[in-house]
Amino acid sequence: MLAKRIIPCLDVKDGQVVKGVQFRGHEVVGDIIELAQRYRNEGADELVFYDITASSDGRRVDRDWIRRISAVLDIPFSVAGGIRTIEDARTILANGADKISINSPALENPEVIDAMAREFGSQCVVVGIDSRSEGGDYFVYQYTGDASKTQATRRRTLDWVDEITKRGAGEIVLNCMNQDGMRKGYDVAQLRAVRNKTSIPLIASGGAGTAEHFAAAFNEAHVDGALAASIFHKQILSIGAVKDFLKQQGINVRQ
Amino acid sequence: MAVAVIDSGVANLESVMGALRRLQADAVTTSDAAAISKASHVILPGVGAAAPAMKKLHDKNLVEVIRNLKQPVLGICLGMQLLFGHMDESEGVDGLGLIKGTVTLLPSTPNNPVPHMGWNNLMIKQPAHPLLRNVPDNSFVYFVHSYAAPVSEATLAATNYGTDFTAMAARDNFHGCQFHPERSSAVGSQILKNFLDM
Repeated sequence: MLAKRIIPCLDVKDGQVVKGVQFRGHEVVGDIIELAQRYRNEGADELVFYDITASSDGRRVDRDWIRRISAVLDIPFSVAGGIRTIEDARTILANGADKISINSPALENPEVIDAMAREFGSQCVVVGIDSRSEGGDYFVYQYTGDASKTQATRRRTLDWVDEITKRGAGEIVLNCMNQDGMRKGYDVAQLRAVRNKTSIPLIASGGAGTAEHFAAAFNEAHVDGALAASIFHKQILSIGAVKDFLKQQGINVRQ
Repeated sequence: MAVAVIDSGVANLESVMGALRRLQADAVTTSDAAAISKASHVILPGVGAAAPAMKKLHDKNLVEVIRNLKQPVLGICLGMQLLFGHMDESEGVDGLGLIKGTVTLLPSTPNNPVPHMGWNNLMIKQPAHPLLRNVPDNSFVYFVHSYAAPVSEATLAATNYGTDFTAMAARDNFHGCQFHPERSSAVGSQILKNFLDM
């Protein structure tokens, strides 16, 4: 039986892991190789590296760190942030990443999903969705990497999920913006609504604060994986402790 | 006497090469028949579709070269499927015919959507095989695939995803892993080490 996945997300800027500080830029929290290895040793099933250098200002960035990560890491990893073209994706995959994750560029030009799925296979193509709950429905937001550029798209999240599934996305990371950074739990209702809309793998993102929150996402929304950043970075919870708890709850995890 | 990782021009070799470097193996990527023939071990990686991958091996005149290898050979993912007799993918294409059987599409159900992607268990059938030394039953390994070979007498370990399929196979000096040992953490590293120790 497939194991439920626990996925730490690391923000990368100029080849280092950073943490956002509102309106004051970013502070470095550690060396990318050291943190990747720490999470691997703690039992992470997969890592996501979100390249915020790329998304914030659109310039071409040095992706040499991807090759360095691939050289030391023996678990799968994906790279998100600023991937616009087939060539961007090709470079990242050739450097050893297992998947690429696209978000705003897919909203600007949805056909890029079809093109990437055709070129590299659906299994490589993750689509990230930033979604906000508003008046009983869910809506997609764009350019969330930069608070001053973030905008609503008027797309209903469930319509977008349907569209990207048909276009060949291999996995969805649903970041529930109302919960993001609050550590009060994943948005189980929204995740369940998306789960009922698509059979492709679904990863919960935004809101993890306790091991119980992970269990709720798996048991009540039937997601395939759960992503978290700050609770792991700040060592509020260890991946091992989360997995021990999930196992006690009868959830199939890799240990 | 390096390890030859066959570069047929379709697979991403970086993650396999990284895993071999971590094991301090002297490995090279090559599509040169002479280099492949004289290597101590040969790895046939593969990502993508069966028909283009077989076409590349034909174009590079590597089909007979691989069939005639006597040293340990390890096919990974699509590289394992290529060792089989036939692959159903797209129009169907003959493989290298080194292990009996036909590779077919996994049945897709709402509970088990295809591709099969993620960490799943090995149900070990041949615990005494050297490739499985120090690999406990039920170990998790990392899969990404839509097609799979049926369980047969060549199966070293099976995995269940809606149906049982071959996760590891061997016949004579030819071996295969349907999963990615290079991305399967300590278990995958042990399997690669076992292969290099052959």
